Amino acid sequence: MNHPRDHLLRTERLPHIWCPGCGIGTVLSCTIKAIEELGIPEEKLAVVSGIGCTGRVPGYLNLDSFHTTHGRGIPFATGIKLANPNLEVFVFSGDGDLFAIGGNHFIHAARRNVDIKVICIDNFIYGMTGGQMGPTTPTGAKATTAPYGNIERPFNVAHLAAAAGAVYVARWTAFHVFQLKRAIAEMFKKRGFSFLEVLSPCPTDYGRKNQLPEGIDMMKYFKEKSVIRNGIDVQLTDIEVGGEIILGKFVDIERPTYTDKLIELRRGL
Amino acid sequence: MRAQGKAVLTGEHFIQGDIACAEGAIAAGCRFFGGYPITPATEIAERMSERLPQLGGVFVQFEDEIASIASILGASWAGMKTMTATSGPGISLMNENIGLGVMMEVPCVVVNVQRGSPSTGLPTMWGQSDMMQARWGSHGDYEIIALSPNSPQEFFNLTIEAFNLAEEYRVPTIILSDAIVGHMTEKVVIPPPEEFHIVERRYTKRAPGDYLPYELDGGFVPPLIKVGDGYRIHTTGLTHDERGYPVMNGEVQEKLVKRLVDKINLNAERIIRLEEIDTADADVVVVSYGITSRVIWPGIELARKKGIKVGYLRLITIWPFPEQRIRKLSEKISGFVMVEMNLGQILYEVERCSVAKTLFVGNPGGKIQTPGEVCQAIEEAAK
Repeated sequence: MNHPRDHLLRTERLPHIWCPGCGIGTVLSCTIKAIEELGIPEEKLAVVSGIGCTGRVPGYLNLDSFHTTHGRGIPFATGIKLANPNLEVFVFSGDGDLFAIGGNHFIHAARRNVDIKVICIDNFIYGMTGGQMGPTTPTGAKATTAPYGNIERPFNVAHLAAAAGAVYVARWTAFHVFQLKRAIAEMFKKRGFSFLEVLSPCPTDYGRKNQLPEGIDMMKYFKEKSVIRNGIDVQLTDIEVGGEIILGKFVDIERPTYTDKLIELRRGL
Repeated sequence: MRAQGKAVLTGEHFIQGDIACAEGAIAAGCRFFGGYPITPATEIAERMSERLPQLGGVFVQFEDEIASIASILGASWAGMKTMTATSGPGISLMNENIGLGVMMEVPCVVVNVQRGSPSTGLPTMWGQSDMMQARWGSHGDYEIIALSPNSPQEFFNLTIEAFNLAEEYRVPTIILSDAIVGHMTEKVVIPPPEEFHIVERRYTKRAPGDYLPYELDGGFVPPLIKVGDGYRIHTTGLTHDERGYPVMNGEVQEKLVKRLVDKINLNAERIIRLEEIDTADADVVVVSYGITSRVIWPGIELARKKGIKVGYLRLITIWPFPEQRIRKLSEKISGFVMVEMNLGQILYEVERCSVAKTLFVGNPGGKIQTPGEVCQAIEEAAK
């Protein structure tokens, strides 16, 4: 028997590559629900990713889907969107892809307010390569390349997105499926560079090194530590080991998009 | 030259090579340019920033060359003819995504206005430093097409041809220009649009559901689709099957990579363009390309005055390399003289293909070969 949402999945490619307890599938499921509920014409959707565990999402979505190079999903998506503004283009990628190797593209796409939607699965770690520290690994957390604990300060990527000019910024976790689906739907309705950070469990690579070894442990951690503060000053939302995790919608503003400004420029010529 | 919002500026112009390149792109139908400033290619971006908005096109100055090349791949999938332009350091940054373009088979044009290298090198001075980089710059086995103009007029013409080849072979096509051709101002004649040969994109005639993005379907490259047309394709830089789906094994890898290589190599004779003067009865053939082909003539004349029969072979197509022609010529001459502004890059190719000896006259950029140097090498080759 087919699942009613199978048409949005490349079912012939299942089972997927993700580990038991990974949160990516949950976020993918919320995305599919949001697309269905909004009734967006599916042929107008294009999904782009870089490299990594989350980078494999477009391979399972039955949409025009592009698995590009490490960190370059955003400029590739920018090309698609600016070439055909009638398309709804979204980027699905991980925290390492978007904020380490791809960080420059992220801030500049936000600054330009290119009308693309970016969903970041933030699992605090490089999963695909086996659990190295990354730009969101909390200070003190352990990783295969931070065996004594991470001595660096992580990016607060929600804060970064807001500072760079994103018109929509929210953070949820893979535990908060209703809020996630709602946030994704809001992003698709929004015009402009929109960003959703989804804290997501990686028991295999992050949990096991940080006293959260089972798939359920990180979900419990997210449930217990999360505090919802919609509209809070995004500067106050840093994530620390053992600390409160502040969730919610932090930014929802209007600003002309890059395409708006380009059309205005062309009309003036 | 004022633009007036027309796509093809038919007429006689006195313009810079870089401007001619931009106009060639526009005449070929390019309406998306992503770029980043770099000497000596910046004028191409400047011209595109002025012209494309007039024509309903898109110019974006990106944060770097990596974003620029990634954007033109995406925009090409969305149905536009796309281009970026840079110089050596920028190409170094673009190479990973040129490889993605090869793997995804994305038509697009990458212009390299070469300067003296390595590293930052001679930003404002000429060189032919990146000839091998164009061939081998991205990791792995692949074939690419690269063309080398020797005048602003040819920069215009070859930019159109690069777009045509990119469409025909579904491959990023590189133009290997240089700082002199890019910055020199000469007469450029732009014919009326009906006189251009423009290759339009070959889209599939199949319906969604009956189409596989990497199935040949009659040609030597698979037909394309546009994002948004309902085909729901998947494409990836990973090794993939005809559906575009990743498959991690040696058999699929071999089939895919061989097809990517073969589509260029098996059509090499159709792609390759050369200019030959007096090669039929030559004892020595001077091989050059790009601006160097204009530097060598006083040296050739000197040698002719000394009674040596000297032929001239100019590579317009650099990659795929005209190995058959070089081999055939080498069988009946006493030697080649390879002249280029590097320390011997295309020299490797000539030596690989030639059964005759090859003399070399080169420098790493920023200098011009003297007539005496060229003549002396010709004399050596004639011995």
